[in-house]
Amino acid sequence: MRITIDRDRCIGAGQCVLAAPAVFTQDDDGLVTLLPGHEDGTADPHVRDVPMACPVQAVALADD
Amino acid sequence: MTETEIRPTGASAPAFPKDRTCPFQPPESYAQLRGDAPLTQVRLFDGRMAWMVTGHAEGRALLADPRLSSEWGNPIFPVVVQRTEGRGGLSFPLIGVDDPEHARQRRMLIPSFGVKRMAALRPMIQRDVDGLLDAMLEKGPTADLVSAFALPVPSMAICSLLDVPYGDHDFFEERSRDFVGAATSAEADAAFAQLHQYLHGLVERKRDEPGDGLLDELIAVQLAEGKLDYDELVLMTLVLLVAGHETTVNAIALGALTLLQHPEQLDALRRDPALISQTVEELLRFTSVSDYMVRLAKEDIEVGGETVKAGDAVIVSITLMNRDGKAYEDPDTFDIGRSARHHVGFGHGIHQCLGQNLARAELEIALGTLFARIPDLRLAVPLDEVPIKAGHDAQGPIELPVTW
Repeated sequence: MRITIDRDRCIGAGQCVLAAPAVFTQDDDGLVTLLPGHEDGTADPHVRDVPMACPVQAVALADD
Repeated sequence: MTETEIRPTGASAPAFPKDRTCPFQPPESYAQLRGDAPLTQVRLFDGRMAWMVTGHAEGRALLADPRLSSEWGNPIFPVVVQRTEGRGGLSFPLIGVDDPEHARQRRMLIPSFGVKRMAALRPMIQRDVDGLLDAMLEKGPTADLVSAFALPVPSMAICSLLDVPYGDHDFFEERSRDFVGAATSAEADAAFAQLHQYLHGLVERKRDEPGDGLLDELIAVQLAEGKLDYDELVLMTLVLLVAGHETTVNAIALGALTLLQHPEQLDALRRDPALISQTVEELLRFTSVSDYMVRLAKEDIEVGGETVKAGDAVIVSITLMNRDGKAYEDPDTFDIGRSARHHVGFGHGIHQCLGQNLARAELEIALGTLFARIPDLRLAVPLDEVPIKAGHDAQGPIELPVTW
C-alpha cells in the first residue's frame, strides 16, 4: 500500500492519528506525518479508514 | 467570484431553526425535512430562502467544498440569528473567514492543539475535574451540574491553555454567554465590547509580563514577527476563549443528561469504563451540540440532485446528518456499542473544530469521572422541566438540577 499525504491541505485535526496511531503522527507544526518505518501502512488495519476520516482529504491510499 | 444575488424564499418553506423539545432529539417538525431528499428548502427569520442539507454524504461533500464560503464579512452572508443581524462586516478570525486567510491563522494554532499536546493536558484536566466534584459533593446533594461542573471544566482548561487568568472567570463566562446567547443584539454587542476590551488589556499586560500560555506564544512569536496584527490577535483570542466556553459546557451537560436518560447504556459504560472514548463519540453524534453550520455559495454547485446557486444560503444540519439512516443503522438509537465514526459533531472540511482533541479529553475525563464518583447521580426534576437553549444556539441545558 502507498500512503500519500498532503501537508499543504492538512489542518491538524488529528483524525488520522486517532484512527491509525501506529502509522500516523503529528510533527512539531501539528501537521500529519508518517511514523518512520511504517510508511507502508501495514502496521494498522485502520489505515483504510483514514481517507474518509480526514476532514480535508489530505490522505490518500493506493494499492501497489 | 461569480456575480451573486440573494434568492427570495418559496413562501411555503418551513421556518428554520426550531427549538428542540427533548434536549437530545431533533425538533419534531424536522421529521418532514428528513425524507429521501438530502437537500430541502427552509426559510430564515428575514424571509430568505436557504438550502437545508440533511444528507450525511452530501453535507460532508459541501463542508469540504471551497465553493461554499464562511466569510461572515460578506454583506450577503446569511443571518440565522436575528440578534447578529447588524454585525455584518466583522470577519471573526478562523470561523468567519475562508482560505487562504483561514489557513494562515489556523496554522499558528495547530501545534498547540495537537493530539499529543492534548494528551499531555489530561492530568491537569483530571485534577480540575476531581476538585470540582469534591466541592460539589461537599455542598450537595443537589447541584446545578451546569454551573458546578460542566462550565468550569472547559473554562479552566482553555484559561490554562491560553494563560488567561481563571480568577476573572465570572467576568468572561458571563460575557461569553451573553455574546453568543443574549436575547437582544444590544446586550450581545455590549458583552462583545467588554470581552474585547478585557482581552486588549490582557495582551497589553502580557507584553510587559509574559506568561507561559498560547497567548504568550502568539505575542512573542507571531505578533513580534508581524504575522499577526494586534487587533487580529485580540479577536483570535476572543474566538478561542468563547469557543472554549460555549461548546464543551453543552457537550458535558447534554452528555450527562443523555446518559442519565439511557440507564442501560450508562450501566454498560459503568461495567466497562474503557468504553468512555466510543461513548463520547456516540454522544457527539447523537446530541449534535452544534446543530447547524451556515455557509454562502460563491458559485453554482450541483449536489443531491439540486443546483445550489451562487448567492444561496446553505444551512448544513449537523443534527440531521448525524441521524442520516444511510450513514448509521437505527440512527435515532443511542448506542455506545456502535462505531459513530465519521460523525460531524465537530463539523467537516477546513473549519473542523480546532479544539476537538481538547474537547475529547475534557468529555472523556469529565463524564467518566462524574459517573464513577457519583454512581447514583440522577435528575432532580422531570426531564421536561430541564430548561434548554433555543434552536439557534448551541444545544444543551441552561441548568441541570441533579441529586444523588
